[in-house]
Amino acid sequence: MTTSSDQPLEEQIAQWRAYLHRRKGIHGRDVEELEGHLRDQLTALTDAGLTSDEAFLVAVKRLGSLDALSREFAREHSERLWKQLVMTPDADAIPTTSRAEIIVVMTLAIAAAVAVKVPELFGLTLSPREEVPPFYFRNATLFVFPLLAIYFVWKRGLDVAKAVWLALPFVAGAVFANAYPWQNGGVDNAPNGSDTQVLTILHLPIALWLAVGFAYVRGRWFEDGGRMNFVRFSGELAIYYVLIALGGGVFTGFTVMMFSAIDMNPEWFVGPWLIPCGAAGAVLIGSWLVEAKQSVIENMAPVLTKLFTPLFTILLLAFLATMVWTGNPINVKREVLIGFDLLLAVVVGLVLYAASSRDPQAPPDFFDGLQLLLVTSALVVDGVALWAIAARITEFGFTPNRVAALGENIILLVNLAVTAWFYANFIRQRGPFAALERWQISYLPVYAIWAALVVIVFPPLFGYR
Amino acid sequence: MDFGKDLVAASATPLVLAILVEGDSYGYAIIKRVTELSGGHLQWTDGMLYPVLHRLERQGLVSARWRDSDNGRRRKYYRITKEGREELAAQRQQWQAVNDTLRGIWMEACAV
Repeated sequence: MTTSSDQPLEEQIAQWRAYLHRRKGIHGRDVEELEGHLRDQLTALTDAGLTSDEAFLVAVKRLGSLDALSREFAREHSERLWKQLVMTPDADAIPTTSRAEIIVVMTLAIAAAVAVKVPELFGLTLSPREEVPPFYFRNATLFVFPLLAIYFVWKRGLDVAKAVWLALPFVAGAVFANAYPWQNGGVDNAPNGSDTQVLTILHLPIALWLAVGFAYVRGRWFEDGGRMNFVRFSGELAIYYVLIALGGGVFTGFTVMMFSAIDMNPEWFVGPWLIPCGAAGAVLIGSWLVEAKQSVIENMAPVLTKLFTPLFTILLLAFLATMVWTGNPINVKREVLIGFDLLLAVVVGLVLYAASSRDPQAPPDFFDGLQLLLVTSALVVDGVALWAIAARITEFGFTPNRVAALGENIILLVNLAVTAWFYANFIRQRGPFAALERWQISYLPVYAIWAALVVIVFPPLFGYR
Repeated sequence: MDFGKDLVAASATPLVLAILVEGDSYGYAIIKRVTELSGGHLQWTDGMLYPVLHRLERQGLVSARWRDSDNGRRRKYYRITKEGREELAAQRQQWQAVNDTLRGIWMEACAV
């Protein structure tokens, strides 16, 4: 009598296996080993005359209680409770990444590093003694994002016809970043440098990130969960990138220190080669790490969100209370509008990443109330700031910077107002959380479209000022 | 007969190593052999053998390999290493000493 063709028994085993897989200390290979044991035991027991049901009960019982078992496994393999960061080609590990993928990623990372150096062939040199030509700032993301898109096209198995469409935004980006006749002073020295050029430098990455997003979701923007996954990916990548950059900083420091110690000046290498090439390649490496580790590591962005939502709420409330108490008006200076834009962006980020890690089915809890408080206080603070700015906008006149900042403020304000409404509905149990999540992800293209507008329309509109 | 937990744990290492000296084996067969050798007195909770095997593997006393068995099922076979044999010899001496001591005192008790 064989047990392998026994349908209900197979289902029982599958259930048992799934249950075992959820245990922290027990890994895939261990489950396989234990399952082999279970099946041997079953064969022996059914050969001895038990029915498969009975045999299953006895065999599972003999293996011992799962709690005790996983405790023993966890004690022996305590390192497994710490999720491992680097993928070693360990025979015991579940394969999370293929050799082909490592080769593709490395190639693309090197390509990104090389791409940064290509303009030098055309006389645009990076040198430690001179200022960086604005060309590099305008095109910074164009060195990297297309390669990142290629990685996702490869990884998601996108067909070539769609991939060609994806190239379009990058080509357009390259055209609009370089075709306009800005007076080319440095970026920093304001008299010669142009405001709209700086705006392009700041907004082009936002617009192109959406194109990367299209590649990330396999060109199917509206399909289930893809966009939210892209949001999660963006947050994790930002965190990985910061970590890699910190490591890169230490590495750079040692390079300088060690070669200076033997009276060699590594300046020619660090400034023009190490930093720009490393910064470009790190985007690819970081993305790959996020992709490879998405199911293994606890996402960091939601953790940071949980940490900072209460702090920002307290900050905003304290600010409002102080303003009411002292009656001090907001002193409208040049940077104030941009400052409040950033504040709103942070709040939107907190809402977005809180939503990304939330179980949409769970009932409202304390944290949702806190989020609503955060959003409403941000709305009030920004309302006050906008009022102050609007009151004096005629005095300012319309410069490109102010129009861009004002547009962003309104976009974020609309997002937060609607978010507050959805949150309030959800907390009073008048609507599902999913509605709020849907609103957030359908709003994503708005940022990119506005950014694209700033890049495309503003320079001619304001005469390349 | 019920064995205390500590005694089971302490005897597991020499027992597993001694069984592996007879030849490469896998979890289920090792358990069967233990039951056989002890005449059914020593009953382990089956699952608990595996953390023990993994510990021995980590300590380098045994090595492990996945192999297809005759019936097509994949099994993890364990083999005793040189260090394992040395460890077994050492443990054997220790157990012998414990055994001798206990035997000595119990013989005396009988003689009185």
